[in-house]
Amino acid sequence: MPSRKLIVDGKEIEADDGLTLLQACEMAGAEIPRFCYHERLSVAGNCRMCLVEWVGAPKPQASCALQVRDIFPNKDGTPAKINTKGQYVRKAREGVMEFLLINHPLDCPICDQGGECDLQDQAMGYGRAAFHRFNENKRAVEDKYMGPLVKTIMTRCIQCTRCVRFATEVAGVPDLGATGRGEDMEITTYLEKAFASELSGNVVDLCPVGALTSKPYAFNARPWELRKTESIDVMDAQGCNIRVDARGPAVLRVLPRLNEEINEEWISDKARHACDGLMRQRLDRPYVRKSGKLQPATWGEAFAVVAARVAETAPERMAAVVGDLAAAEEIKALKDLMTALGAAHLDCRQDGSKLVPGARPSYLFNATIAGVEAADAILLVGCNPRWEAPVLNARIRKAWLGGNLKIANIGPAVDLTYPVEQLGDALEGLANGSHAFAQTLKDAKRPMLILGPAALARRDGAAVLRMAAKIAADTGIIGPAGSAEEGGWNGFNVLHTAASRVAALDLGFVRGRDVAGIVDGAQKGEIDFLYLLGADEFDVGHLGRAFVVYQGSHGDAGAHNADVVLPGAAYTEKDGLYANFEGRVQRGRRATFPPGEAKEDWAILRALSDVLGKRLPYDTLEQLRAALVADAPHFARLGEAPVHSGADAAMWADVGSEGALEPGAAFGHAIADYYLTNPIARASVTMAECSRVFVAGAHKMAAE
Amino acid sequence: MAFLDRAARSIFFWEFLKSFVLSMRYFVGKKSTLNYPFEKGPISPRFRGEHALRRYPNGEERCIACKLCEAVCPAQAITIEAEPREDGSRRTTRYDIDMVKCIYCGLCQEACPVDAIVEGPNFEYSTETREELYYNKDKLLANGDRWEREIARNLELDAPYR
Repeated sequence: MPSRKLIVDGKEIEADDGLTLLQACEMAGAEIPRFCYHERLSVAGNCRMCLVEWVGAPKPQASCALQVRDIFPNKDGTPAKINTKGQYVRKAREGVMEFLLINHPLDCPICDQGGECDLQDQAMGYGRAAFHRFNENKRAVEDKYMGPLVKTIMTRCIQCTRCVRFATEVAGVPDLGATGRGEDMEITTYLEKAFASELSGNVVDLCPVGALTSKPYAFNARPWELRKTESIDVMDAQGCNIRVDARGPAVLRVLPRLNEEINEEWISDKARHACDGLMRQRLDRPYVRKSGKLQPATWGEAFAVVAARVAETAPERMAAVVGDLAAAEEIKALKDLMTALGAAHLDCRQDGSKLVPGARPSYLFNATIAGVEAADAILLVGCNPRWEAPVLNARIRKAWLGGNLKIANIGPAVDLTYPVEQLGDALEGLANGSHAFAQTLKDAKRPMLILGPAALARRDGAAVLRMAAKIAADTGIIGPAGSAEEGGWNGFNVLHTAASRVAALDLGFVRGRDVAGIVDGAQKGEIDFLYLLGADEFDVGHLGRAFVVYQGSHGDAGAHNADVVLPGAAYTEKDGLYANFEGRVQRGRRATFPPGEAKEDWAILRALSDVLGKRLPYDTLEQLRAALVADAPHFARLGEAPVHSGADAAMWADVGSEGALEPGAAFGHAIADYYLTNPIARASVTMAECSRVFVAGAHKMAAE
Repeated sequence: MAFLDRAARSIFFWEFLKSFVLSMRYFVGKKSTLNYPFEKGPISPRFRGEHALRRYPNGEERCIACKLCEAVCPAQAITIEAEPREDGSRRTTRYDIDMVKCIYCGLCQEACPVDAIVEGPNFEYSTETREELYYNKDKLLANGDRWEREIARNLELDAPYR
């Protein structure tokens, strides 16, 4: 890209033509205040806070809206001089700040943004406290309804339009807009409609003032009171980087952390707002079922009951199921314990997915999340990324906005925020190359296939998987080795919804019967002992006379049907490793302690193993991690996505199993209700309200 | 001369007379002790005594749970919890001051943007148990109601110097 020289604050730099002047100044190390400018949104240039001096220009220049290519050198050929400091710039910015504060209420003490507010911070730098000449009334604006997550106090709005641009560009839901001009400009949702996006919480982070704040967190705490812990989200399998803000024993809010490779700086509403579920419906002590009722017990009593039952059960009548939120450590501990007991049936695929452990690429999102932006054709099979991984969906939309991306879908038609060609029942046609889209995939330089959980959970899921692998092999989806930057490409992607799934498959937590087989066996009396590690998402109500041990954090379906309940820790209460759907291993950290007598899950399994006489060979989390790494070495490489190692035809031919598709079987929805997919979300009041408003369709309509 | 002078003073009990006069002067003069608790000394309008939470004249509590006093308190004696009240306004659900921790520095009333928390003129609140010195919101509001007249007067007197 052509570039040109600039002298910023006396320092000569070479900046790309495509950059804005603001970015060029930042390259030179200057700090430019801004309200409307945001790296991931289009340029609006309406706050005027980023004014700089271009020596020779008649007026101060808005650096965010001025491109480097528009800055011509001086007449004598020397590079243009830009000043970001000095009296001239300062006076200009002070003038802008004075205008902004004319209509901004003096709300800071009651504003939730107080303490982390851009306007507050910059008013410290550019405000003129001892000097005001505006004695008229301030503007008053009616507050708008934006749904159960976003609270609006519209008098505070400075019309930066970041929220409008986010809604239209990133979320792809043009629900927000501005009406009126000048002082009468108002940000509004048309017809008082809730902001119907799974990413709506992000506008709260974007808002530079307190006009949009978080409704569930309203008036709860000040930023300086909170303990901040950097962790990993488990509400979906994307492994979004989050910061958990806690005060005392309570997690008060969850914020995104910047990670360009995974979530940029967005997180989904479920990741952000399900945290109030961490304080409700918690299991805080062990329970044992006596005469049909769960009675509180001590750890010793609960372990003794489990041990007595294990002793009288034959290993081939034992089963264990791993839930969706488990960390890799406890999966490893449970697998070791069950292997020591000789349990015949292990499964981690609660949704009935037909994926099997084995070659890692066969169940990973191989193209990586950042790789989505390189794709030029995407085939979605039985997947709804908007609900299954909302942040990934924003990435697909970003790739689509970049232009030249064709997207086709096999499965039910849903609004994914970008146009999708519905292919209907075309899987077999694509597999034998007769369908027209097969040619599109072949012509594409970087074609991609995303296989969703709905496709794999079908009874013929293994056949679907085989067919998808065949399409991938035939149409060049599986390309040369290497990462996307190095010119390599593997566009075969499996989309998971459970945060624990990839780790469990990596550790081989699949043996004997699958979940449906275990339920069937329990009903028929062939399974007598069932260990559930946070597993609530399958038919736990119909387990016949089997003895059920439930270890988990919340009193959900699994605990209700258990004979022994062992209270565990939720994801914010333990250190743990999670592998996201790319196969990238990341480390979650403890923000608070488990409530009451609850313990970290691996420690429970370690203690139980002692009582069962099968002591697990690790006493600390470090030793357990060492054992984990010995099993699966990639758990030592934190933060790295696996790199495509080249097309191995034999391996890809062996993915799934041969078989015809069931005639007439349609791809369903993997998720019935986005807001209620796991025990934490189901315990959350906020998520219940979201489900009522967005999923049940009880949109608050404007008065006629 | 000095010898005669000293001799004359001791012959005429001069020191005795001098101290007697001094005693008598104090005996008939204005007393510097107070008959506490029936009499009390004057206190400055800036006196920093027992805390109180004030109300507006219409009965609405002033405190808006901005937590600046909690943040500024050097002894960390203040604990506040807040949530939206039914009418949507920002109010505390809990406002505790540990009067045992408090060092009476007055930074809380300096920080308060709405003059809600103040240190009033009362200094007579000793208790028999430590627990009684853990003040909660009800106690502080009751203090405010009891002392409002004096507090308002003190604020008014101090206002010209702020």
